[in-house]
Amino acid sequence: MRDFSDRFVALVCAGPYEDGLGRFTADSFDETAEAINGIATSGHALAAQVIGALQEGRLLFSANDKRVFIRAPSDQLIDAATGRPIAGNGPSDLAPVRLNNRLRRTVEAALGGLMLMAPDPGKRFEAAQAVLKSKDANALAALDQAIPRETDARVKQALIEARAAVVLYLDAASDADKIEAIAVIRQRGDQDALALLGGLPASASPAVRKAATDAIASIENSLALWTALQNTWYGLSLGSVLLLAAIGLAITFGVMGVINMAHGEMVMLGAYTTFVVQQVIRAYDPTLFDYSLAVAIPLAFVVAGLVGILIEQGIIRFLYGRPLETLLATWGLSLILQQGVRTVFGPTNKDVGNPSWMSGSFEVGQITITYNRLWIIVFTLLIFMGLLALLRFTRFGLEMRAVTQNRAMAASMGIRTSRIDALTFGLGSGIAGLAGVALSQIDNVSPNLGQGYIIDSFMVVVFGGVGNLWGTLVGAFTLGIANKFLEPYAGAVLGKIAILVLIILFIQKRPRGLFALKGRAVEP
Amino acid sequence: MTQSFTPPFRLGTRLAIPSSQAALRGLPRVEQKDIAMQTSIAAVVMRPLARHFLVATAGLAFTLTATLCANAQDTIKVGILHSLSGTMAISETTLKDVMLMLIEEQNKKGGLLGKKLEAVVVDPASNWPLFAEKARELITKDKVAAVFGCWTSVSRKSVLPVFKELNSILFYPVQYEGEESERNVFYTGAAPNQQAIPAVEYLMSKDGGEAKRWVLAGTDYVYPRTTNKILEAYLKQKGVADSDIMINYTPFGHSDWQTIVSDIKKFGSAGKKTAVVSTINGDANVPFYKELGNQGIKAIDIPTVAFSVGEEELAGIDTKPLLGHLAAWNYFQSIKTPINEKFIADWKAFIKNPKRVTNDPMEAHVIGFAMWVKAVEKANSTDPDKVIDALPGIEAPNLTGGTSKMLPNHHITKPVYIGEVRGDGQFDVVWKTPALVPGEAWSKYLPGSKDLEADWVTLKCGNYNTVTKKCGGGA
Repeated sequence: MRDFSDRFVALVCAGPYEDGLGRFTADSFDETAEAINGIATSGHALAAQVIGALQEGRLLFSANDKRVFIRAPSDQLIDAATGRPIAGNGPSDLAPVRLNNRLRRTVEAALGGLMLMAPDPGKRFEAAQAVLKSKDANALAALDQAIPRETDARVKQALIEARAAVVLYLDAASDADKIEAIAVIRQRGDQDALALLGGLPASASPAVRKAATDAIASIENSLALWTALQNTWYGLSLGSVLLLAAIGLAITFGVMGVINMAHGEMVMLGAYTTFVVQQVIRAYDPTLFDYSLAVAIPLAFVVAGLVGILIEQGIIRFLYGRPLETLLATWGLSLILQQGVRTVFGPTNKDVGNPSWMSGSFEVGQITITYNRLWIIVFTLLIFMGLLALLRFTRFGLEMRAVTQNRAMAASMGIRTSRIDALTFGLGSGIAGLAGVALSQIDNVSPNLGQGYIIDSFMVVVFGGVGNLWGTLVGAFTLGIANKFLEPYAGAVLGKIAILVLIILFIQKRPRGLFALKGRAVEP
Repeated sequence: MTQSFTPPFRLGTRLAIPSSQAALRGLPRVEQKDIAMQTSIAAVVMRPLARHFLVATAGLAFTLTATLCANAQDTIKVGILHSLSGTMAISETTLKDVMLMLIEEQNKKGGLLGKKLEAVVVDPASNWPLFAEKARELITKDKVAAVFGCWTSVSRKSVLPVFKELNSILFYPVQYEGEESERNVFYTGAAPNQQAIPAVEYLMSKDGGEAKRWVLAGTDYVYPRTTNKILEAYLKQKGVADSDIMINYTPFGHSDWQTIVSDIKKFGSAGKKTAVVSTINGDANVPFYKELGNQGIKAIDIPTVAFSVGEEELAGIDTKPLLGHLAAWNYFQSIKTPINEKFIADWKAFIKNPKRVTNDPMEAHVIGFAMWVKAVEKANSTDPDKVIDALPGIEAPNLTGGTSKMLPNHHITKPVYIGEVRGDGQFDVVWKTPALVPGEAWSKYLPGSKDLEADWVTLKCGNYNTVTKKCGGGA
């Protein structure tokens, strides 16, 4: 009976809101666009709720019954016409109202207008940004109302900028108002501001156009400086990835002199360990997902380290002093490991998720810093310092240095050199495994993961100076930054080639790399 | 599996084939067809002299090759040339599996021409020269009737000479850059006019966002470079200025997208609606989309339409940052037709994994295989020449409810769909062409190819120049 009366109410009071709801059931993009505009301007109490639900895919319709429902976050169905919850699962042909990009823009613009007065300052800020992009003239009244009332300084600034954007694109606004708006947007000084000024319609008066061109020039000037800073940041980030991949190799190749072509596969094993850890966590307790990397880090180190020790004991120790055979044997091994992983896990990429604290970005001035890159830089530096401390302050580090500097002497002092060899190789491989955990956050986890890094790793170690960890650090960051400054001019492909050529030339001049070892250790 | 008795004259074909091949090379084209028929047993047996020869050799060969041949002659062999290891295994393994499924299904229906089909799987290991070697092995050693295979254009180019020399048939199931039509190859994937051009048209339309500025981003190899050349010519013809087109190439497996994504962001902030057309190769897409998400570029600001991202590629990533980004294909798993639902159910049952997805190149193999079966039945023979002649005009249902047709240029008709990435890694179709689009081997938009025409039925030529009226006339 209640149901019937609801429908009756909907039929009788067919205002723009009810009319809009009816259009949703047509399942056509054009009708949905009309519906959004109708509902947004209807002033109905449920308008914001309906459009919010539409944006999140929670607005459902039944084509047979011509009714629209909102699925509340609690899964309860609410009749959009009345705002009352309904009992049961609703009609059988319920389907979400479909959106495409054009409609999403309309939704965002409509929500922007509706949410300017929302109680949550975060929502108000988002709404202001949405209006800035949509330049929707309908929002002007709401903006004028909202600006004097706003208490949060950041939101207020955003609202003023949004208002400037609307005024700039309003045909009715006077030139003086528009030039004032341009000044506000010029203050903003970012890419959105450039987009606003650059997109000015040709119908604007010469005075307005001139003000806009001046503002564009000034914004571009200040952005150029930011661009240089941004390139440096990207370079640091790329350098940290290079360092991460190369640091394990700096041990196995740099310190031990083993040309380990299977190094990349150790990285891959680390990444797959992360995948397995995440699978287990997903299966047993998804709430712990944010801690998955903390679990994966020690595990990846152990897994890759053990495989490394196995390789050393099984293959490499028979081949010391025969670099060509080591190269071939480890290369073959890398193919075996790849195909082994492919057989066990399948050839397709594995889904390794980013924990919430590694997703997204924040802005410093005009540069965007993404959390995953930031954490990787921190992680890399931690590993680097940990490794330095291990070499410098522990007994194992001491023995390791002794063996690499003078094997015969170390042996005669009672160091079991073969055991140190195995452990050193295990350490290098374990660190490669750690690199795999980090790289799983930014790259594909597939059996080919390691291949992409092996060449770069060797390049870094050779460039930095074989046998010198500091050389590896400096080498990695130099190459990273050089690459990122070349890339905008030469493109990614040519940039890589240029770097390779530069390294070849550099090696001609300094065959032992940036930081060559001096003294007795140089002579075998 | 093994028949207890095999008529002796059938055994002889193993010996007869090399001799017919030797003859093939030395003889002019018209007679060639006639002689190539020798591979068809019936034709050989009709000739008294050949029969004598065959019976004699067969008697000799009988004891040596009895078991081997008995196996070989019971079945029609189908070659599957897809990488099962190496970089391309990620995409190609699935196609191998789908072929095995199709062959199994055909055998359940009673095989072909009264014989069972037998799949011969080889692994070219993502190694282009090895593709040619394995193709040769399939044709000469295993004597397959047709080969279904290849993914990258470079692998197709590397096997082309082999298929021409040994006169066999290749079904190529992947969208590609066009500018090719060979007698021995049937292209069941999309040509540029069946994927790239409609996608750009969509982005220019009101629903697609009326894009005015274009980023053409691709991996640095032949498919993206040619496709982008065609797209650039097309865009300029539509009045897009040079300064509104940004072209960017990256190496295979590129993973550091920070600079390029921020360049795209910058390019997109010139006040005009911007769209990205991505020909980035499968694997590099994941970090690309992750970076787009991280830098806050949403599909409503700058939509990206991809030609190499399908259900299979999305299966490996969290698709939330990709919502609303687009892909253009001729098939989506989410398209609801009875034939597609049956195919998906069959596939999941065959692969014994309810989570496996289906994708566009798989559909291309489904269509290609059905067409080949029909052509063999029509020709009543697996002889390559007869099948090649029978194929144009053959129709087979596609999985989206239409009927695709093999055209004289060895391409097929296909519908074009634009899909938006959904949260579950599937696509929501937001646009489709009103009718099936015939594949064009030669692009209308490139100066070098706009006068060329491919027609293997009347013109018997893959690159007929309509201006000079000559075959083989590149402009």
